[in-house]
Amino acid sequence: MAEIVLSARGITKEYPGTKALDNVDFDIEKGKVNVLIGENGAGKSTLMKVIAGIESPTSGKIYMDGKEIVLKNTVDAKKHGIGIIHQELSLFPNLKVYQNIFMNDERTKGDIFLNNKAYKEEAERILERLEYPVDVDMQVSDLRVGQQQMIEIARNLAEEHLKILIMDEPTSSLSEMEVEALFRVMRDLLRQGTAIVYISHRLEEIMKIGDNVTIFRNGRLVARSEVKDTSIPQIVRHMTGKEKDFTRTDRKLDYDTLEDIMEVEDLTLPKKGGGYLLNHVNFKLKRGEVLGIYGLMGAGRTEIFECLMGLRPEHTGTVKLEGKPIRIKSIRSQIDKGFALVPEDRQREGLVQALNIGRNISLSVLNRLKKLCFVDLGREKKEVEKEIDELRIKVADRGLPILSLSGGNQQKCVIGKGLLTDPKILLLDEPSRGIDIGAKTEVFEIIQRLAEEGLSCIVVSSELKEILAVADRIVVLSNGIVTGEFTGDEITNDNLVLASYKGHHQNREKQGA
Amino acid sequence: MKNINKNTVLMNLMRGRTFFVLLVLVIFFAAKSPAFLTVSSIISVMRHVALYGILGIGMTYVIITGGIDLSVGSVVGLTGMIAGGLIFQGLTILPLGITIYFNVPTIVVISLALGAIIGLINGFIITKFDVAPFIATLGMMNVARGLAMLRSNGATYQNIAGYEELGNTGFHKIGGSLGIIPNVVLIFAAIALIASVILKFTPLGWHIFSVGGNANASRLSGVKVQKVTTLVYMFSGVCAAVVGLITSAQLTAANPSSGDGWEMNAISAVVLGGTSMSGGVGTIGGTIIGAFVIGVINDGMIMIGVSEFWQKVIKGIIIVLAVIIDQFQAKLHARMALMQQSQEMNA
Repeated sequence: MAEIVLSARGITKEYPGTKALDNVDFDIEKGKVNVLIGENGAGKSTLMKVIAGIESPTSGKIYMDGKEIVLKNTVDAKKHGIGIIHQELSLFPNLKVYQNIFMNDERTKGDIFLNNKAYKEEAERILERLEYPVDVDMQVSDLRVGQQQMIEIARNLAEEHLKILIMDEPTSSLSEMEVEALFRVMRDLLRQGTAIVYISHRLEEIMKIGDNVTIFRNGRLVARSEVKDTSIPQIVRHMTGKEKDFTRTDRKLDYDTLEDIMEVEDLTLPKKGGGYLLNHVNFKLKRGEVLGIYGLMGAGRTEIFECLMGLRPEHTGTVKLEGKPIRIKSIRSQIDKGFALVPEDRQREGLVQALNIGRNISLSVLNRLKKLCFVDLGREKKEVEKEIDELRIKVADRGLPILSLSGGNQQKCVIGKGLLTDPKILLLDEPSRGIDIGAKTEVFEIIQRLAEEGLSCIVVSSELKEILAVADRIVVLSNGIVTGEFTGDEITNDNLVLASYKGHHQNREKQGA
Repeated sequence: MKNINKNTVLMNLMRGRTFFVLLVLVIFFAAKSPAFLTVSSIISVMRHVALYGILGIGMTYVIITGGIDLSVGSVVGLTGMIAGGLIFQGLTILPLGITIYFNVPTIVVISLALGAIIGLINGFIITKFDVAPFIATLGMMNVARGLAMLRSNGATYQNIAGYEELGNTGFHKIGGSLGIIPNVVLIFAAIALIASVILKFTPLGWHIFSVGGNANASRLSGVKVQKVTTLVYMFSGVCAAVVGLITSAQLTAANPSSGDGWEMNAISAVVLGGTSMSGGVGTIGGTIIGAFVIGVINDGMIMIGVSEFWQKVIKGIIIVLAVIIDQFQAKLHARMALMQQSQEMNA
């Protein structure tokens, strides 16, 4: 048994309405890669936030070297040698590399002036230690994502007695080469006795770099074992458990008789700085089906929706609606043509937080609910209540603030807002993100019921199980290329996962040739 | 449970806070100076309140969308000068060598259109070139003031009552009274009513709130964010033009520096009225009360003989205090929403 640097005991973290962590005991072993794994919302990121001093636990204690420690904030955590690299990078894009590395730990001359020289030299030394040469005078916004990741790591190394480094999905946006470089750095850190806590969704990676693995499900720690004593299937079984399986739709559509409602041909979207976000994408949407679009991050899933909603005027290609090519001019004109979007980021793009529930739902159709030049309050109420009823949104009063609802009910409001425009095609971008499991199932049932009633839906998701449950047919995107299309029994985990990596290989072959 | 009730009471108290402040101010000034509550002094206070109020109503729209309009004070000066100039000198079309004199209704329409055009330019710069509203309207503030000065080379147009032979008499009537009630108060009431109805009962009004609350989500819901934004600046420009016409009519003189600094009074009235500077929240009723507070402080302090310098200090403190209470209220509001949510979950 390896030496334990930090142990957390009985950690519970409650948010209004949900228990993100439920009485978790967790140990971090010195000089090892301690892997944390679990589905989204399983509680692993929350636990890490507690250990890094970002969130305070509702109850529970943390011990380091046998003594209890209290982490009120990240500064406390830093003092104890705990560093974290966030899933979303938290660098300052407007500052230079060396300024980022020593943020809030600036080197000074006589406590007044910045000692830029010492500062830069130290930054260079750290990057050298990482074997990662980056010009410390570069502006961070000019770096590639992979390079930025390295700066995040360097930032944690600036703390001299780094004992624990938490990495939350560090590889999700890295290229394969960058992942290799990252692993090299990690091994280096391990040799120096640093403990690494590693959160990832990529199972192969975990088998490669991990020493021990801890599996979370629904805020509970469900299993812990040495990586060498376990296997991928075993991990997956623990991750998913039994209760979380969504029942796959048993609907069988007769694809020969279904008419096309939309045909997308040669949809192409150039990437800034060369290459494609979408590379000649072709697919058809049938009336009344649920089409799933699956792919890894950056595969171009959201971009398809952005093109269809008129947010990407620079796209090329043809979109035919009911057989006729359409010109995509603006969001409003797309809504009028019968497209409705449920955006990925509910808080930023879906809701107007300052408005109440009713106003949020009716926002997209106010001009249609006009009597003379006034909003017909009676009709507005009726329409809003129709959606509340139909989607079974749990609201006491539609005049309450939208944020008083749970995530699931907020999402249903966004869906209701889209449905009020009487769409022919409903685009749902990660509709289950950030909502609890019960609500997820409900959202999927809603999607299927809508399809049953003849609405055509496209669901974008990065959650394999969820897209398996909800879609009649699945198109897989990888690196902007359609790499697979599956219906019926062809829809399996393996097929989808395999296809989702294909685009990168194709590209590499092309580059190699 | 009890806790929530206590919070609700506190909440309602805070909602009416500006009104209480107004009440306290009126009682204070009435006690200090017996002349404060006489009819003539009330009417004089109302005149000032109405001017700040009209500017404040336009500003309320702008601030609800999350913007700001610093140009209104200058537009007051500019429209006064344009109207005064048209009465005084008419419009000379040089190539034809003729001078046209408009009648008063036409001059009013031209002035209001000028306000709308300035607002349109503000809106255009803000929406099409992504310039921050603060900067765009700061620029316009200087441009409009400069143009007002250029119109007469900095001089004041005196005695713009109009001339029988030019067919433009009656301009001063805009600044007159109906019975004892000054026209400006009636105009203020009318604009307030219309603005309030638009905000509460029309799609445009609802869109103004949604744009200020979350422009991104509004856009994705098909709200024409740029159009709504441009319209509120146009409305603010028109309100400023109305004030410009009234002030020059009241004095039968147009002064190019008229309205200097009034944008700050307007903003203060809006903020005192509970409209959030971050957008999405606000009422016309609140702004009206806010305008009363500003007007009562200004005139009341003059009447009890507080020096102009102290007036500024006190006004500043009251404004900041109002916003501090605002923030406190917002936090309380959020906490109550959370409590409600967890109660629902438990139920």
